[in-house]
Amino acid sequence: MSLVLDSASFVLFVIGGAFIFTGGLGVLRMPDLYTRMHPAGITDTTGTILVLAGCLLQADLGLVTVKLAAILVFLLLTAPTAAYALANAARLAGVVPLRAAPRREDAAR
Amino acid sequence: MTTVFGIFLLTLLLVTAIGIVRAKDLFVAVMLSGIYSLQIAAVFFILDAADVALTEAAVGAGVAAVLMLGALALVTREERPATGPRRLALAVVALTALLVVYATFDQPRLGDPGAPVHQHVAPWYLAETARLIDVPNVVTAILASFRGYDTLGELFVIFTAGIGVMFVLAVPRDARNGEEPSIDSAGLRHHLIPRVVGRLLVPFIVLFGLYVQFHGDYGPGGGFQAGALIATGLILHALIEGERAALRVVHRNVLLGLIAGGALLYTGVGIAGMLLGGRFLDYSVLRADPVAGQHLGILLVELGVGMTVTGVLLTIFHAFAARASVR
Repeated sequence: MSLVLDSASFVLFVIGGAFIFTGGLGVLRMPDLYTRMHPAGITDTTGTILVLAGCLLQADLGLVTVKLAAILVFLLLTAPTAAYALANAARLAGVVPLRAAPRREDAAR
Repeated sequence: MTTVFGIFLLTLLLVTAIGIVRAKDLFVAVMLSGIYSLQIAAVFFILDAADVALTEAAVGAGVAAVLMLGALALVTREERPATGPRRLALAVVALTALLVVYATFDQPRLGDPGAPVHQHVAPWYLAETARLIDVPNVVTAILASFRGYDTLGELFVIFTAGIGVMFVLAVPRDARNGEEPSIDSAGLRHHLIPRVVGRLLVPFIVLFGLYVQFHGDYGPGGGFQAGALIATGLILHALIEGERAALRVVHRNVLLGLIAGGALLYTGVGIAGMLLGGRFLDYSVLRADPVAGQHLGILLVELGVGMTVTGVLLTIFHAFAARASVR
């Protein structure tokens, strides 16, 4: 049983870590704010949640499990909301997506 | 492993600090200082100072960032170019840094049991807490009982800071025309997702604050952290629903009552101890059983701290918000 749990949490850690790593890479590599937000959002949500799920499988059933689950639910709610609020604020502040800009020029021509 | 993690965190701290100094955009500087607080909270945590880490995370990364953003709403976002003798400033800072580095050579190693700080009263606290006060969290026992005077002083520092901010920033009643601010009263009402999620979270944040408040005897926590958490929850509510709705829920007079009441409660517990025949802030005489008296005293004193901290933080937030709406 413990072998199954250990290997499952190992897989979750590795996948979560991979998501966080590619997320960090994406924030550095992506060309504009909106595309950068995509990897940043993935780091916050998928990556962190997978790592937390891995921690959940490692913890003995008890108070720690409940606390980790509470953090997981909290992140599930707040991280996407934060990403949404950021994109919304950027949109309201008039940040134009990279691809949208030339298309407008085309329309003007 | 802890060493590697510590070096990693301290490097990040250094990078963030340089970023704060170099940032011309004050908004960026505020955000970076929030990140700085979060990192230093992590450093405190790996040094096993969970209580301090909790305070730093709640105050530094949470409330302070919001309050600084409130201040930014009143001033410009751009930093004014520095004038004056910059070389001199650099020389002074460099000299001070060298002196501090030199001073660390005499410092005992981290966690050295022979260090003076571990030889003075700390062993006595650790040995006697179980017998005299009997709470699992020795930090709370020291903070609220053994060194109750110091904490009373800290509480009055916060109390005075709140009064000072009110003097400087508060808008006179006639300038408000007896009304509460109208600008921003829409809050985030038109932003459905943040509003729904925020509304969902506010009660849980306040509940967690109360847990931290009353669980301080058993785990990391206490009045300072709880006050910051509850204030954060209520500030989130104010941001979502707008100033007016927030002040309807927790009226200014309630905030003033919290500020004064908390300080009064702390002092009152001390004076009650004197009236019952003990010394000032001696909780042992509050109940027939000295240990139960200590428990009661710590509970009341922490409650006083929580009340004042909540009141002061919310008052500062509302002072900034009201000032921004009058301009």
